[in-house]
Amino acid sequence: MSVLVYVENADGRFKKSIFEVVSYAKSVADKLNTNLTAISVGDVSNDELSNLGKYGAAKVLKVSNERLKTFVNQAYASIIADAAKRENATVVVLANSFTGKGLAPRIAVKLQSGLADSAVELPEIDNGKFIVKKTAFSGKAFAHIELTSEIKIIALNPNSYQINEVGGEADVEDFQPQANESDFKTMVKEIVRAADKVSLPEAELVVSAGRGMKGPENWGMIEELANVLGAATACSKPVSDAGWRPHEEHVGQTGIAVSPNLYIAIGISGAIQHLAGVSSSKTIVVINKDPEAPFFKVADYGIVGDAFEIVPKLTEAIKAYKAHA
Amino acid sequence: MKVLVCVSNVPDTTTKITFTDQNTQFNTAGVQFILNPYDEIALARAIELCEGGNGSVTVINVGEASSEPTIRKALAIGADDAVRVNSAPRDAYFVSYQIAQYAKENNFDLILTGRESIDYNGSQVAAMIGEFLDIPSVSIIKKLDVSDNNATIHREIEGGKEMLSVPLPLVVSCAEGVAEPKIPNMRGIMSARTKPLQVVEPKEIEKISEFKSFETPAPRGTVTMIDAGDTEKLVSLLHSEAKVI
Ligand SMILES: Cc1cc2nc3c(=O)[nH]c(=O)nc-3n(C[C@H](O)[C@H](O)[C@H](O)COP(=O)(O)OP(=O)(O)OC[C@H]3O[C@@H](n4cnc5c(N)ncnc54)[C@H](O)[C@@H]3O)c2cc1C
Ligand SMILES: Nc1ncnc2c1ncn2[C@@H]1O[C@H](COP(=O)(O)O)[C@@H](O)[C@H]1O
Repeated sequence: MSVLVYVENADGRFKKSIFEVVSYAKSVADKLNTNLTAISVGDVSNDELSNLGKYGAAKVLKVSNERLKTFVNQAYASIIADAAKRENATVVVLANSFTGKGLAPRIAVKLQSGLADSAVELPEIDNGKFIVKKTAFSGKAFAHIELTSEIKIIALNPNSYQINEVGGEADVEDFQPQANESDFKTMVKEIVRAADKVSLPEAELVVSAGRGMKGPENWGMIEELANVLGAATACSKPVSDAGWRPHEEHVGQTGIAVSPNLYIAIGISGAIQHLAGVSSSKTIVVINKDPEAPFFKVADYGIVGDAFEIVPKLTEAIKAYKAHA
Repeated sequence: MKVLVCVSNVPDTTTKITFTDQNTQFNTAGVQFILNPYDEIALARAIELCEGGNGSVTVINVGEASSEPTIRKALAIGADDAVRVNSAPRDAYFVSYQIAQYAKENNFDLILTGRESIDYNGSQVAAMIGEFLDIPSVSIIKKLDVSDNNATIHREIEGGKEMLSVPLPLVVSCAEGVAEPKIPNMRGIMSARTKPLQVVEPKEIEKISEFKSFETPAPRGTVTMIDAGDTEKLVSLLHSEAKVI
């Protein structure tokens, strides 16, 4: 028996969300009195891999192969399922990232295993029952899903589990996967990453703005506030529909669901569809000129006033705070 | 080109979500059901790709008779025909299996789903269908073009995007950017009534998961209002009280 965690890399490095996933998987392994094995596919240095020991991985299986450098979801799914079998894994954990969402369902079918996507807490393991809490109804609710298959798969939401430093170095072992030729039909032509941007789904701090900003030309102050905070930027749906901001910034029920430590909503009314995607934020700040805006009902801190005056002032106040901190 | 679009019947986005039977059942009382917003995007792109006699669009739903208005809406928007697999959608594994079985018998070049259903939203169905059929799948795509039996795709990744080239047959799950949803016109609505809607019975598959109960998020405490002139106070509370900066 063991727990297997898939550690997805971005250009050879692991992001914070992966340390969360490893810490989570380690806690699952502890609950089951077993060891944690990680599997990495692609071009990652041995130092980076053995460092996963810090978060609880006893061993890391390393798959490095020219053809597997970039993510090919069919091939990766075959490899992870193969490793789960060879390691006798009863639980497979991965990140509920864009990549994880393409991968986990394929692994679930290969292993005929129940999949809890968007998990937000450790599983309840009790009397042979295995129940996972996950978000449902686009953030408007949580569901407790029981996985009854022999092998269970959990895809963990970002910002849902504390990183724990528990150990030292992990052993790195080469792993020779069995890959099928038919797994390589998908060709990655190009990857574009905006190096200086904080990725929204994983961001700890988010500055979000709505139609109250009047037009795209006024986003400079939003970006500046995000910059001084080191936050990601987001927006309401009408803003991306109007083309003021790109689609990938749209949060809400029909956009991205976020759960940062801090969500600052500027000139957003707080419609139910918007709140669905942001309600699991730990702290919410609302800036709106209308004291009756529904967003204030779910806010922790609120300022009634004109965003065009308040936002630059807030940016200055944060700069001053950072200069002293 | 034969295109299959998977459509789900979900609670309207304005629905306040509540549960009954000791929080084990979603309370459907008074709830309006709609075509899943992402599926509208998938359907719109399917119709565009088949325009001008370039192919046909079939929609499929795994659901009970109560989802027929949503299926008719998809026909009104422009799908050519529809299939309903007559069963409550147990979970993504069950739904994907049913769709894969139908697709196996009917050889589609392209299968489109929405990025996620806005109720149980697992973002699972597309990739599961791909695996059941042993064909490529790409989840959460933002752009889709097809020529010469090959698809060119943009997929979202954290902090960027990936450009892919994949041969058909293929399954993709569509997010915003793939197409603008289409609004049915009068002719569409009239013809939807007479377009074929076939009902097929589900196939058995083992059960591997089950929703046991639900809960709604705990209400937040009361809001602390801060004077518009006092942004320093907000910063200090974010630091000392909320501990987020
Ligand atoms: C099917 C469907 C799905 C949807 N999904 C989503 C979704 O996922 N995400 C989403 O966000 N929306 C979604 N919506 C839209 C949602 O219902 C609202 O229309 C939308 O969230 C409103 O955006 P907004 O708050 O930016 O704009 P508005 O509602 O126009 O609000 C603007 C706010 O700015 C304030 N304001 C104006 N000027 C200033 C100023 N100078 N300073 C400070 N404040 C100012 C106003 O008081 C107002 O509260 C969906 C709608 C439908 C029908
Ligand atoms: N019951 C269903 N019948 C047909 N298609 C479905 C059903 N449920 C989900 N889908 C499709 O799968 C997509 C993703 O759903 P999900 O995996 O549940 O988030 C949806 O956008 C639909 O296209």
